[in-house]
This record gives sequence, structure tokens and C-alpha cells, in this order.
Amino acid sequence: MTEIFGIPTQALAGQLLIGLINGAFYAMLSLGLAVIFGLLNIINFTHGAQYMMGAFAAWLLLSKLGIGYWWSLLIAPVALGAFGVLIERTMLSRLYKLDHLYGLLLTFGLALVLQGLFQNEYGSSGQPYRLPQEFAGAFDLGFMMLPRYRAWVVVASLIVCLTTWYVIERTKLGSYLRAATENPTVVQAFGVNVPRMITLTYGFGVGLAALAGVMAAPIYQVSPQMGANLIIVVFAVVVIGGMGSIGGAILTGFGLGVIEGLTKVFYPEASNTVIFVIMVIVLLIRPAGLFGKER
Amino acid sequence: MADAAIARESTTAPMLAVRGLNAWYGESHILHGVDFDVARGEVVTLLGRNGAGKTTTLKSIMGIVPRREGSIVFEGRETIRMSSNRIAQSGIAWCPEERGIFASLDVEENLMLPPVVGEGGLPVAQIFELFPNLRERLHSPGTKLSGGEQQMLAIGRILRTGARLLLLDEPTEGLAPVIVQQIGRTIAKLKERGFTILLVEQNFRFAATVADRHYVMEHGRIIDMIPNEALGASMGKLHDYLGV
Ligand SMILES: Nc1ncnc2c1ncn2[C@@H]1O[C@H](COP(=O)(O)OP(=O)(O)O)[C@@H](O)[C@H]1O
Ligand SMILES: [Mg+2]
Repeated sequence: MTEIFGIPTQALAGQLLIGLINGAFYAMLSLGLAVIFGLLNIINFTHGAQYMMGAFAAWLLLSKLGIGYWWSLLIAPVALGAFGVLIERTMLSRLYKLDHLYGLLLTFGLALVLQGLFQNEYGSSGQPYRLPQEFAGAFDLGFMMLPRYRAWVVVASLIVCLTTWYVIERTKLGSYLRAATENPTVVQAFGVNVPRMITLTYGFGVGLAALAGVMAAPIYQVSPQMGANLIIVVFAVVVIGGMGSIGGAILTGFGLGVIEGLTKVFYPEASNTVIFVIMVIVLLIRPAGLFGKER
Repeated sequence: MADAAIARESTTAPMLAVRGLNAWYGESHILHGVDFDVARGEVVTLLGRNGAGKTTTLKSIMGIVPRREGSIVFEGRETIRMSSNRIAQSGIAWCPEERGIFASLDVEENLMLPPVVGEGGLPVAQIFELFPNLRERLHSPGTKLSGGEQQMLAIGRILRTGARLLLLDEPTEGLAPVIVQQIGRTIAKLKERGFTILLVEQNFRFAATVADRHYVMEHGRIIDMIPNEALGASMGKLHDYLGV
């Protein structure tokens, strides 16, 4: 058996893969947070609950209606995106003129309410989500076995992240978004319906969280706390990457997933804290984050 | 409204009629009953000292000042209650005093940003003829341009949209004389092309070279109107108004 730095290649590759998978979820979730923060100036603390609801939507669709994984990938993000639109219209939109803190309090409170509702209904033990048949088995890479579903998660989340990046940074629609992030008044005075754009952007960010939730369902247990546990790490990722940078959110998400995985191999005791240690260091050296701009 | 009535209105009524306009920022009452007209094809200036309320007047027309009362009728339609995006869609475009160039967009994206709101906008090629500098800097970030080039970009981008009334807020402020002249020539060409322009200026020597009429503002009111032909005879008065 071959070794790198005295570690079996297989163990190293295995942890790298787990790191990439976690990184895929960090990236998708911090991307949604970055898009929402950019335009709404709100730190969406409900993001973890919305991710959890995406996973529950997939589980409910399958267990109650017999609707499978592929349809869930479409239905859950659209349904939760619509739920996001409702939240923005009825609640968030009243807060834009007030201090940031109100948006944070509202979304945090909402997260607790939603999580509590699911806990009441489904208890706190996790529900397993049956892996779709197409994904049974693994690719033999020679030095390790790569489960098909995990390969799919990494590739699909890369596609989602890069497509989002492309739309925001390279298209006409994206130029409206970037411009409205800088100066919504001028963009609206050009004739763009900025309030509607803000609503749809929030819906999109929530949809992205739900999509991540559906993709997570076959890997992790579908449970009411799944979002709360993950979102703390994701906020650290966002702080490290810098609020509001789209490319930064993606790179940092994958990068930190991998670093976390490697830490599990080389110094397992630190694997749960390494991201927070990096966060503290980054905050001390570059308070705006690695890719963030000072505001 | 019957077609005949519309036709009659469009020949006799001013393009823009502002009546009894009041505006507030929070508790501070800034405009106290502003009245003026702009006819189709005219270039009209708002002159006045710093803080007189000129920018606030343009922002009120554009629907940006949150609390405004009175009446603003554009091409026969009351706009005082409209949101700023609908006002823009009805054919008014605004070039803000701070220019509003976007740092995260390159020059080309800045230029192409404002959506088309009607027919008759200038083709991009003609905008480059007016402002050749822009063509050479298409892929620079918008805010990396010089002050003069940013001003050209801020004016150029609203010419594409088909807006018929342009609100220009101190387009010559802080610019070198050569560039002020270039902007003066541009305004003359735009007038020839049939654009109607409401221009805020502090520099009345510049205003005299481009405008048909001048309104003088003080403490949130219009206190005088001077046709451009009468400007020479009104110099003494103007010096008093503007404190120059
Ligand atoms: N955003 C604002 N909030 C509060 N007061 C303002 C604001 N903008 C302008 N003002 C005040 O309104 C008055 C008119 O300003 P403005 O319209 O910018 O004048 P002008 O363009 O003629 O120099 C000034 O006294 C100014 O201090
Ligand atoms: Mg001003």
C-alpha cells in the first residue's frame, strides 16, 4: 500500500472526498447567503432552516407521494423559493429602512420557529432517505472506490455554483444585480423594477438552500437540526470568504471543506475547530474576508 | 381621452409641468411649492446657490424623494405618485450629480445598463461619436475612468434608452474647460436631435451658451425666470441671486 507523509493514500483520498462533499454544501449555502446579502443587506439566518426544509420536502415527496429524487430536485427549490418570496414580501421588505440588526433578528427568530415546527411534527431523530437506484455502486478509481452519488454531488454543486457565478458576473441580468447591489436608487431610476428583483433574488437564494437540502438528503439523515448544525460552519465560511463576493463564496466553500478533510487525516483532534481557527486568523488579518471589499 | 384631445394637448401643453411641488427629507421641508414648465425640445436650466433645492427638484421629478406633494405632469400624465422605475419607463432619464457610475461593472456594461424605454434612442455608434474616449476604455471598470470620462459615460448611457426628457445635474461640475466645452457641444447636438433637457447648473456662463430659458431657485422656490436673450440685461440681478 502506498503512503503520502506516512498516511495511506486510501485514507487520504477518502478524507479528501469527504472534504469535497462537505465543501460542496458549504459552497452552495454560502453562495446563497452571499447573493442575498449583496442585494438585501440582510444576513439570512433562516438559511439553515431552509436547507433543512429542502431535505424534508424531498423526504415527504418520496414517502407520502412516491415522488422520487429527480422531481424533488426541481419541486423542492421551486416550492421553497416561493416560500422565500412570501417571507420577503410580507416580512423582510418592511425592514430595509431599519438597522441591519432587525433583519438578523427576524431571520434568526424565523429559523427557530421553523425548526421547532419540524421538531414537533417529526421528532428530532433523523429520517433516512433512500438513495436513488441510479446511484447505487461506486466507480473504482484504482486507489479508492468513489461512490456514484458522492461524485454526482460534487459535480452537480460545481455546475450549480459556476452557473450562478456566470449569470451574476457575465450576463446582462447579472449586471442589473451587481449594479443594484451598489446603488439600487440609480438602477431603479433607469426603469428597473428593483423591489421585484430583490424579492426574486431572495427567492433564488432560498431555492439554492433547498436544492442543497435535497442533495444532502441521501447522504445525511433528514432531521430538523441538520441545518442548524451546518449553518454555523457556513457562516464561518462566509466570514472567511468575505460577505458579498460570489466567486469568493464558492472558492472558500470548497477550499475549507478540503482543509477540514485534510485536518481529519493529519490532526484529527482539530478537525471540528480548524474552520473557526482560520476564521479568527482571517478576521485579525483581513477583517473584510479573503475576497471581500471594505464597505 | 379622445385622440383629438391628446393631439391638442401635445401641441399646446408643456412637456413637463411642475406645480406646487413640495418635498421633504425626513422632517426637513426642502421644496416649498416649486412651479415651472419645460416645453418639448427646450433646454431649460435651474440656477441657484448651493442648497437651493435644485437636486431635490430633479430627484422629485424622478420619483426618488420619498415624500413629495403637488403635481408633476409629464406628457399629459400625472407622475407624482409613481415609483421611479415607472417614471423612467414613461420616458424621463436622470444623470445624477454624483454620476452614479458602477464600480463592479465595466464601461460597456455601464453604458448598456439602462433598459430601453422607448423608440428613438441614439445608436451606440453615435454615442461613441459624441464621446470617443468611451470606445477606447470599454473594458475598464467604470470607476477607473477620469472624472470627465465618467461624466461622458453618465450622459452617454441615458441617450440609448429612448427617453425624451433628460435631467442633467451639474454635468460640468469640477471638470476641465476643454471637457466643459465638449459637454456644451454635446448638449447642443442633443437639442438638434430633439431631446428636451432640464439642466441644473451653478455656472451660468456655461448655462448661457446652451439654454433657452433659466429658472432661478432660492430656498426651495422658483423666484425668477429669465429667457436666454435677456440674460445680458439681467446680469446684475443674477449676481445678486447667485452671490457670485
Ligand atoms: N438626503 C438628504 N437628507 C437631508 N437633507 C438633504 C438631503 N439632500 C439634501 N438635503 C438638504 O436639502 C437642501 C437642498 O439640497 P439640494 O437639493 O441638494 O440643493 P442644490 O442641488 O440646489 O445644491 C439642502 O439644505 C440640503 O442640505
Ligand atoms: Mg445639487
